Amino acid sequence: MLFGFPLLSLVIWLPIIVGLIVLAIGSDRNPLLARWLSLVGSIFGFIVALPLYMRFDPSLSTMQFIENHVWFERLNVHYHLGIDGISMPLILLNCFITPLIVIAGWEVIRQRVSQYLGAFLIMSGIVNGVFASLDAVLFYTFWEASLIPMFIIIGVWGGPNRVYAAIKFFLYTLLGSLLMLIALIYLYYVSNGSFSILDYHQLPLAMTPQILIFVAFLLAFAVKVPMWPVHTWLPDAHVEAPTGGSVVLAAILLKLGGYGFLRFSLPIAPDASLYLADLMILLSLIAVVYIGLVALMQQDMKKLIAYSSVSHMGFVTLGFFLLNDLGIEGAMVQMISHGFISGAMFLCVGVLYDRLHSRQIADYGGVINKMPIFAAFFMVFAMANAGLPGTSGFVGEFMVIMGTIQVNFWYAFFAAMTLILGASYTLWMYKRVIFGAVANVNVETLEDISKREFMLLAILAFAVLWLGIYPFPLTEIMQATVGNLLEHMTYSKL
Amino acid sequence: MDFLTPDFTPAYPEIFLLVMVCVVMLTDLIVGERRRYLAFFLAQLTLIGCAILTLTTFSSETNRTFSGMFIDDAMSDILKLMVYATVAAVLIYSRIYIAARGMFRGEFFSLALFATLGMMVMISASHFMTLYLGLELLSLSLYAMVALQRDSTVATEAAMKFFVLGALASGFLLYGMSMVYGATGSLHTSKVAEIIQSGAIDRAVLIIGLVFIVAGIGFKLYAAPFHMWAPDVYQGAPTAVTLFVGSAPNLAGFGFVMRLLIDGLGELVTDWQGMLVILAVASMVIGNLVAIAQTNIKRMLAYSTISHMGFVLFGFIAAGENGYSSSLFYVAAYVLMTLGAFGIIMMLSREGFESENISDFKGLNQRNPWLALIMMFLMLSMAGIPPMIGFYAKLAVLQAVLGVGYIWLTVVAVMLSLIGAFYYLRIVKLMYFDAPEIDKPISSGMDIKVLISINGLAVIMLGIFPQTLMGLSLYAIQQ
Repeated sequence: MLFGFPLLSLVIWLPIIVGLIVLAIGSDRNPLLARWLSLVGSIFGFIVALPLYMRFDPSLSTMQFIENHVWFERLNVHYHLGIDGISMPLILLNCFITPLIVIAGWEVIRQRVSQYLGAFLIMSGIVNGVFASLDAVLFYTFWEASLIPMFIIIGVWGGPNRVYAAIKFFLYTLLGSLLMLIALIYLYYVSNGSFSILDYHQLPLAMTPQILIFVAFLLAFAVKVPMWPVHTWLPDAHVEAPTGGSVVLAAILLKLGGYGFLRFSLPIAPDASLYLADLMILLSLIAVVYIGLVALMQQDMKKLIAYSSVSHMGFVTLGFFLLNDLGIEGAMVQMISHGFISGAMFLCVGVLYDRLHSRQIADYGGVINKMPIFAAFFMVFAMANAGLPGTSGFVGEFMVIMGTIQVNFWYAFFAAMTLILGASYTLWMYKRVIFGAVANVNVETLEDISKREFMLLAILAFAVLWLGIYPFPLTEIMQATVGNLLEHMTYSKL
Repeated sequence: MDFLTPDFTPAYPEIFLLVMVCVVMLTDLIVGERRRYLAFFLAQLTLIGCAILTLTTFSSETNRTFSGMFIDDAMSDILKLMVYATVAAVLIYSRIYIAARGMFRGEFFSLALFATLGMMVMISASHFMTLYLGLELLSLSLYAMVALQRDSTVATEAAMKFFVLGALASGFLLYGMSMVYGATGSLHTSKVAEIIQSGAIDRAVLIIGLVFIVAGIGFKLYAAPFHMWAPDVYQGAPTAVTLFVGSAPNLAGFGFVMRLLIDGLGELVTDWQGMLVILAVASMVIGNLVAIAQTNIKRMLAYSTISHMGFVLFGFIAAGENGYSSSLFYVAAYVLMTLGAFGIIMMLSREGFESENISDFKGLNQRNPWLALIMMFLMLSMAGIPPMIGFYAKLAVLQAVLGVGYIWLTVVAVMLSLIGAFYYLRIVKLMYFDAPEIDKPISSGMDIKVLISINGLAVIMLGIFPQTLMGLSLYAIQQ
């Protein structure tokens, strides 16, 4: 509460309401109004989220900014919001990315502008809702609702194969979440009629139900993260989505899965998590190494970054299931940093795509001759994606690798291969696209980035470097929460 | 023997309706071609009058009259109010559609009101005979309504199928009821329940009777494998009649099952539970899988109805207050969604053009964004995506079924509803991702536009605030 104001509700509903207004008043005849309104709305969304950080007490491991009202009595469902050190950075990340999306689509989106921007704003609010919900039904509502705007965004403003990608995205994610719904209803009965996630944390459960619940959650979150082998929807969705859609997908929506593991799987089924940790680590390592190799072979820049996302998110799940504080904190840092880096990478590809309408690496070459400023920014992000020390990409990966060594040397060996693979596929792509002589007449016509694009990339470059050099504010926030989670997991629920 | 005048108060709405139907018929005979709208207004007025009468006689007590053949309790009042609202909405949605097809006549309205009367009797029946009477009154009116466009061969064919299969189902029901009568010696639902409870009966006869009754109910509730008539009737009937057939009678069907299976044969719960499980799973499998292959939207919605009825049966399977009230909530949500969906189909139809193919929805977002948004809400609601009401209906039913331990049933249900999501999404895809084939603006009456907006908003608002309807359903069952 800030001045007696329900802050979390504001963070959730402000973007949604602005989005609805944009939808209602915007028409194709006056796109500028929709653009400015969305920009102002999303910046306000970020500003109202700032007190969450400033007034957050990092020494507490319990939920803060709690709001709890009865939503519908019949099933004892509550409108229960609250955040801890895990969800707060993710909400900030989301509120931070949203204005950037609005700016990124400023001149590019010319068709049905208000629907495009409205969809993004509504989604931003919904995602905040996912991170802040402490009631299972509320969580599920936001979780599923986030599919709708993304479905529309991919399908309406996407590339040639957008319909296939949109439906695949929707059904894949729905498949995962439906089993989660059953697990939640099951927990409702076991807990004698409560949908409170915090109650579930304390609920004693036998091993078999724990494993079944874990598997049900795993399917939902693994699809979203996405983990190998249920990652195949991601490259399709990324390739077909418009730039803004790709950015949100990579920077925000993938984090929903990671967040789910920390909020549900680990604390609700700790024994099953311990029991299945090796399996999860194995799946994560396959994602890191195998998908890294797959990324190496991509001809399409967006596809390459999409696979690199899967590989990096493999690091996140790896960190979670090491079940030590370095691992989990490192994975959290990795999530935030991946939000900046992958977002920036997709924006860079978007900059090129807007000019030449091609994502094929082979269509480019020698871009540095025509776009030196862009090449410099792209370099920063490529290096961050490869995990260069001093960028945010390094911090998370380093922490996770440190955590892995504590568990098993060979795990760490394979995990560390990402440093080689990541550097290979990112820098090789960078070399082919940016360096060399001007490859063809199309590249000859390229113009360097505009002020709008410069601002966009500069903000992200600053974030990447700042987090790389001084990650303490981020790790400080989550320390208590992660410590509490790990302590909670040491007690068996059997 | 003294003749005792029965207490008419609980049946005031029915009596009023019957009188008014006659008035509607007579006025239609007297007034000329140009004053046809009088029948429409009179019909609406009748429904409002019925609603007022129902509200004024509303009490949480249970009143029986006509020697216990007629019952008036909270459930019947709430169901009846829902029926009035549904029928009123159906008439408004149909207004322009039927006018363009020469069906805007007194017959349409009087038949619709007769059907409504049938539904009210079904809802308020506490005697096997009254139940059957109500059902037949409803069914016969519906047969006639389907065949109202007598020049249309598809409609006539649909009416034929509907009639033959419907009569067969009624035969099943009667046969089952006679067996129950043979076993228990009574036709009063409450007495039948008492006698079964006492245990002094021939169980074998009773169970055989139950099988026939469940089969009859299966016909009336579109449950597979007794669903064969539904797709043909949905497709063949004029859309306005399809809407009527597909909406309000489901509410009455719910009441019918409550009176017959729960009030009358509630003691046999373990027996009919097993039968309903088969019906429910078969409905979901057939409904969801076959719907994918449909290109006709009315036919697709028929299969979608079949799968939704599987969910409604889930509530009965779960039994108990929790189960029945979830079932009622589901039916109410379903009726709301069906109303909207067919309302939009009728708005897309014009004079001489039936909007029947799924491809007619192409590019609706460019033709009319608001209508497309409403249709998207409706489709996502049917697919069970929050925050639409369809999701909370599914949640309520699934929690009820899981509560009695049928975990496998819930897993089957959600997997099949995933398949179902595909064909609902296809409509959204057509509306939003494809370019329109026809670029004509959609013209319609103001009342229809307002109603469809209210309908669409209700689907999302009752989803965001589901307590009202959920609480009402629970109240109806608890009393």
